Amino acid sequence: MTQKITGAEILMKALLDEGVKTLFGYPGGAIMPVYDALYDYRDRLNHILVRHEQAAAHAAEGFARVSGQTGVCLVTSGPGATNTITGIADAMMDSTPIVVITGQVGTQMLGSDAFQECDVVDITQPITKWAYQIRSAKDVAWAVHRAFYIAGSGRPGPVVLDFAKNAQLELAEYVPGTIDFIRSYVPVPATAKSSIIQAADLINAAKRPLVLVGQGVELGNAVEELKSFLEKAGLPAGCTLHGLSALPSDHPLNVGMLGMHGSLGSNKKTQECDLLIAVGMRFDDRITGKLETYARQAKKIHFDIDPSEINKNVEVDVAVLGDCKKTLPAVTELLKATDHAEWRDSFREWDALEKERVIEPQIHPAEGPLRMGEVIRRVSELSQHKAVMVTDVGQNQMMAARYFRFSQKRSVVTSGGMGTMGYGLPAAIGATFGAPERTVCLFLGDGGLQMTIEELGTIMEQQAPVKIVLLNNNYLGNVRQWQQLFFRHRYSFTPMMNPDYEKIAEAYDIPARTVTDRAELDNAITEMLQTQGPFLLQAAVMEEDNVMPMCCPGHDVDDMILTSEELSH
Amino acid sequence: MTGKNSPSPHTSASAPADKPQETNDTKLYTIIVFSENLAGVLNSVTNVFTRRQLNIESLNVSASAYEHIHRYTITTYTDERTIRTLVKQLEKKIDVLHAQYFTNDEIFIMDQALYKIATAKLVENREISKAIRLHDGKIVEVNNTYAIVSKEGLPEETLALYEKLKGFDCLLQYVSSGVVAVTKSVREPLAEFLYLREEEKRAMEQPLDL
Ligand SMILES: Cc1ncc(C[n+]2csc(CCOP(=O)(O)OP(=O)(O)O)c2C)c(N)n1
Ligand SMILES: [Mg+2]
Repeated sequence: MTQKITGAEILMKALLDEGVKTLFGYPGGAIMPVYDALYDYRDRLNHILVRHEQAAAHAAEGFARVSGQTGVCLVTSGPGATNTITGIADAMMDSTPIVVITGQVGTQMLGSDAFQECDVVDITQPITKWAYQIRSAKDVAWAVHRAFYIAGSGRPGPVVLDFAKNAQLELAEYVPGTIDFIRSYVPVPATAKSSIIQAADLINAAKRPLVLVGQGVELGNAVEELKSFLEKAGLPAGCTLHGLSALPSDHPLNVGMLGMHGSLGSNKKTQECDLLIAVGMRFDDRITGKLETYARQAKKIHFDIDPSEINKNVEVDVAVLGDCKKTLPAVTELLKATDHAEWRDSFREWDALEKERVIEPQIHPAEGPLRMGEVIRRVSELSQHKAVMVTDVGQNQMMAARYFRFSQKRSVVTSGGMGTMGYGLPAAIGATFGAPERTVCLFLGDGGLQMTIEELGTIMEQQAPVKIVLLNNNYLGNVRQWQQLFFRHRYSFTPMMNPDYEKIAEAYDIPARTVTDRAELDNAITEMLQTQGPFLLQAAVMEEDNVMPMCCPGHDVDDMILTSEELSH
Repeated sequence: MTGKNSPSPHTSASAPADKPQETNDTKLYTIIVFSENLAGVLNSVTNVFTRRQLNIESLNVSASAYEHIHRYTITTYTDERTIRTLVKQLEKKIDVLHAQYFTNDEIFIMDQALYKIATAKLVENREISKAIRLHDGKIVEVNNTYAIVSKEGLPEETLALYEKLKGFDCLLQYVSSGVVAVTKSVREPLAEFLYLREEEKRAMEQPLDL
């Protein structure tokens, strides 16, 4: 007979059996038995002490995004648990697999408003794939295995395990096991053979096809399958924000990012194509612009693993349900080899216009203050386009998405669905643990850095090699841009007084440098990339710069302005 | 749903003017959901409605013909586009087995109502017992203070008796169970789903034939 151990120790063993090596967390009263058990597992479980629980959740997200493994965080009950809510909601929106383990008061005290009691399961139910309260030690292993199966399978997402204190202390046997079947849960829906044939027929008949590449391609581990699919039939493809690294930036069929601040060509051609082929994306409003007019002329195919995404925002002609790692090759098999060269070339006149009017002035300005675009592009170039790009939210995010280039998969770590400011710094920490062999470059704004600036402490302690590029414009720039464009230039609470960031970095013993001068930019970036460990590079960028081109809210997707002046006409 | 102090009944047919009524694109849908019998599932089911601020007109949860499986009958006014996605979002919940929506012509529905009336009024006004008989109500209990009438039928039928009794000013309490429904279809999707899942499970457990 196996020996009885505490529920807390069963958690350690179950985590190890799930392949967990790293967790991000913060202790407190209701999770103390678990932290006590962890003390004996420090050699096998690397616990990263963050400085705020929100950061634990974002770090777990960053870890998951680059590694493809489920991120784990461990926090106490009450405020510890509620502090993770933003990260949980973020992971739900962006299909990121994380397991959040929260302490909870003992079951006898539930419902009594006990100290730091909070109904975490109810609060998190709408923003998780699954939320469950572990009420006895013999439930621990089952719950952990179920949590990992649910978080990582099908369309991934967050799971919350609310761990009652008595269950942490009780004794039970640990019987190793796994879960790979839940009767009520179908992670991968069956693919109808007919949908494969119909999709291939539509593609073979199309004169002007356009593919929309979403994060589903990377989540489905189908980067190669996508490439073969595109190349066989010469299908031009645009990428969503989360899909940017699913196709190399320099691939001849890559026509750039889709949506609000995407490439002119991909958005113009969305309204001209005769067939739209969405792969693992969900037609977010930032992609479609005005829904009523979106690609009305085109037939549509939607590849997805989540049946509830089909016809949710955009009605499609053919839905190819299933795992795109299988469905893409099945369709590719039936495709006629062709190239659509003329159609592909027709994007280029828009590319040329965008290059001349928007891109060149951003990445090769002749004079004036530094611009975000040039800083980002040089960081990308000087890291051979091989780095992981982490962003915060705002202009810094959209500029990074536009000007960073990708040659490797799983290189985008950003908050898309929620647009969570404060995501960047902790997510970048997580990314350094999820991909220790890669360079991790973080782009963030002066607003977003201050939302989770306490994580400089985690970076200091862990010597996490985050290359922090602070694009300082002394504004909540993205909101300021909207105020300029849509609220008659009334800058209501977007100018912001900033601290001396170099001094802050110094206090945390993080090497730092500020660059204001174009001539020094390369040298400063090189110093950052060559410095072992973390580095803060502050770029003093143009204060009232705008992210362009832009499809203004409520406008048709191809109705893009190239400069803010155009709006007044 | 109507608040606990609201005097008006809340069956599907009784929506007051400020509630969504049948319009050109909204109508009353009945959603039948099957889930594992676990704590918290009801909450995750209603979440799918409340996040859209969709009013649930009636909700009935009970055991199904299958062990450990619960059956929910939910009615709500909405449009076809919304209900289509909503049902898929219900089915996406981990512990939900099957969810499907129906319009009234696709199902048999039944409502159970109880009416508690003042005995004094019943004795005093003969029209009351006449109305009860006409509406096929059953008097199941009488004492000096009150009488209890029971009636089952379509929601509009139980409601009609309510309106009638209200007119006599004799009602002390009224409750309706909310509709329960069975489908008219000859297929049984839950049974098919369970069978398919059993097969899939067996296939997973079997060693691969090479
Ligand atoms: C938590 C949170 N609060 C508010 C916002 C709204 N918001 C979006 S972008 C932005 C400004 C960001 O400013 P900064 O971090 O300096 O980045 P910049 O746009 O200047 O590059 C704000 C306030 C948000 N996305 N997230
Ligand atoms: Mg800023």
